Amino acid sequence: MKINGRCFKYGDDINTDVIFPGKYTYTVSEPSEMAQHAMEDLDPSFSERVSEGDIVVAGSNFGCGSSREQAVICLREAGIRAVVARSFSRIYYRNCINSGLVPIQSEAADVIQDGETIEIDLENGVLLCDKGEFTFPPFAGEVARILSCGGLIPYTRKLLGIENR
Amino acid sequence: MSKLTFAQKALAHASGRDSVQEGEVVFVDPDVCLSHDNSAAIASNFSAIGVDRVRYPSRIFIALDHCVPAANEKYAANHRRVRDFVRNQRIEAFFDVERGVCHQVLAEEGFAVPGGIVVGSDSHTCTAGAFGAFAVGIGRTEAAAVWASGRIWMRVPATIRIELSGEFPPGVCAKDLALKIIGDIGADGALYRSVEFAGDGVSNLSMSDRMLLCNMAAEMGAKNAVFAPDEETERWLAQCSPRYDRVDLRADEDATCERTLHYELTGLVPGLACPHTVDNYATASQKAGTVVHQALIGTCTNGRIEDLRVAAEVLRGRKVAYGTRLLVFPASNRVAKQMYDEGLHEVFLEAGAVLMNPGCGPCLGAHEGALAPGEACISTANRNFRGRMGCKESFIYLASPATVAASSVAGSIADPRPDGGVL
Ligand code: SF4
Repeated sequence: MKINGRCFKYGDDINTDVIFPGKYTYTVSEPSEMAQHAMEDLDPSFSERVSEGDIVVAGSNFGCGSSREQAVICLREAGIRAVVARSFSRIYYRNCINSGLVPIQSEAADVIQDGETIEIDLENGVLLCDKGEFTFPPFAGEVARILSCGGLIPYTRKLLGIENR
Repeated sequence: MSKLTFAQKALAHASGRDSVQEGEVVFVDPDVCLSHDNSAAIASNFSAIGVDRVRYPSRIFIALDHCVPAANEKYAANHRRVRDFVRNQRIEAFFDVERGVCHQVLAEEGFAVPGGIVVGSDSHTCTAGAFGAFAVGIGRTEAAAVWASGRIWMRVPATIRIELSGEFPPGVCAKDLALKIIGDIGADGALYRSVEFAGDGVSNLSMSDRMLLCNMAAEMGAKNAVFAPDEETERWLAQCSPRYDRVDLRADEDATCERTLHYELTGLVPGLACPHTVDNYATASQKAGTVVHQALIGTCTNGRIEDLRVAAEVLRGRKVAYGTRLLVFPASNRVAKQMYDEGLHEVFLEAGAVLMNPGCGPCLGAHEGALAPGEACISTANRNFRGRMGCKESFIYLASPATVAASSVAGSIADPRPDGGVL
C-alpha cells in the first residue's frame, strides 16, 4: 500500500491535549465532530485546511500525555492517513495501530517541509520526500497483523473466532 | 542463568515462559484492567467486537473520578451508561462518584499487588508499579479487547534504572525529585522504557512517595515504573486485602539496563515544571514572586494523606493570600476521612481554602476550578500542558504540596523551605 499526501508540519512533544482538548473528551463522541476540534489548541485553522489523504509530520514524542484515543481518531476522521514523527509516545503509537492510522517513525520528519507532498510505501518501508529517500522497518509480527485486519477490533473478532458473526 | 530485568521477569512469568528478550512480543492475561469515566466509550468499542459478556468480570476495575459528580447532562448520561454496563456485566469492582481517583482507589482496594499485570485505559496506570506490579497504560480499544478476550500483547521494554541514595532534606519531597528527573532526561527521556527505582534511598521512601514517582514516570514517556517490594510494601498490603495472588519478582542485581541514573536525595531543592511542558524545570526560588491566581493540592499525584499533612503544616495559622484561591482535593474518600479524623480540614478551612470532593477535579479541565485567560495556577498535578485546565491562555506550574501551600500563602511562587523566604 502507498500513501501519497500533503504534509502539515509541527514540532516536538505535541501532546494529546493540543491534538484533542480534554474539555471535549466526554462531550464530543461523534468521530466527525471530533475531526472539527483536531489540533484546535495548536493550529486553529487545521480543520479547515486539512483534506483527505494528508499527512501529519512532527518531531519527537508525538502524542505524549493522556492516553485518549480521540487524539488519533480526530486526525483519522479529518482525513489524515499517516503520521511521520521522529518518535511517538508509546500509547499514542499503539492507539494509531489499533485505530488504523499509520505511524511512521523516521528521521525524514526533520527535513520534510510544511506543505510538501510525500510518498510512503508501507510494504517496502520507503518514504520519498523532496530531500530524498528514507527507509523505515516495515510493520512486522503482531503489529502488522492488527494493521492488516484493519485495526484491533476486527483483529480481536478473528482471535475469538467470531469474525463472521 | 542470564540476568533479567523486572520487566523481563514479569512478562516471562505472565506469559508462562522461562525468560523473554527485550523487543519480543508476548501475550499476557492481565490480572486487572482499570478504567474510569471513559468506560462508556470502552463499552461501545466492546459492543463493536460483538461478544455479549466480558471474559473475566472479576478482573475489571472501574472508578468514576474524572468529572464527579457530573458537571452537566452529558457527563451525567455518560456516568449512567457506565453504571448500566457494570450492572449488566456483573462487575463488582465498581466505585461510584464518591470514592476517589482511580489509581488511588485501585491501590486501596487491593488491586495493586507485587508481580501483578495491571493494565488500564489511563496514562497514569503506571502508578501501581509502586507495589511491585507491572502496570501499564493502554488505549480504549485495547481495553475493550481485554474485556472481551482477557488478553493483550506487550512488547518487552528496555530498562532504565534510577538509583537513589540519601534522604530528602526538610521542605523537599518525592515530587521535587520527579520534576528534577524529568527536567534532566526530558519528556521523552524514558520513551517505551521500563523504569526501575533502586538503591539505598528507596527504604526512605513512603508508599505515597513511590506512587508519586511511578505516576510521574508517565511524564518521562515510560511504559511502566516499578519499586521492588519491601517492608513498606508489606505494611501497605496488610491494610488492604489483595485481590489476586502475588508473585515476588525483582530484577537481578546485574541485569542489563540501557542506562543507569543516580540521584542523591539530600542535595535536592524544591522544584517546578514551568508552562507548558513537564520537563521545563526551574527551582522554586528561581521563579519566586511569580503571581498565582489559583493553587491546587490533590490529584492522583499528590492527593494522599501524607501530602495533605505537609500542606496543612505549611498552612497552619496562615491565610491564603488575597487574590489567590486554594483548592484541596483528597485523592479518595478514605483519604478525606483520615483528613477529618486528624483535623486537617480545620486548618484548610481556617486558611481560606476551598475543600473539594475526592476526584480528579480540574486536573483535566472539565470542571471544578477551570482557569481564566491570563491566569496562572500552581498545582500538585502531573501535567501542565497548554489548555490542560480548560483554558489555553492560562499558565500551569507543577510543584510539591509544600511549595503549592507556601505559594498560596504568598500569592506568588514561593520556596517552602524553612529558610526559603515566606516562612
Ligand atoms: S487526577 Fe488527573 S492525572 Fe490523575 S487520573 Fe485524574 S485526570 Fe488523570
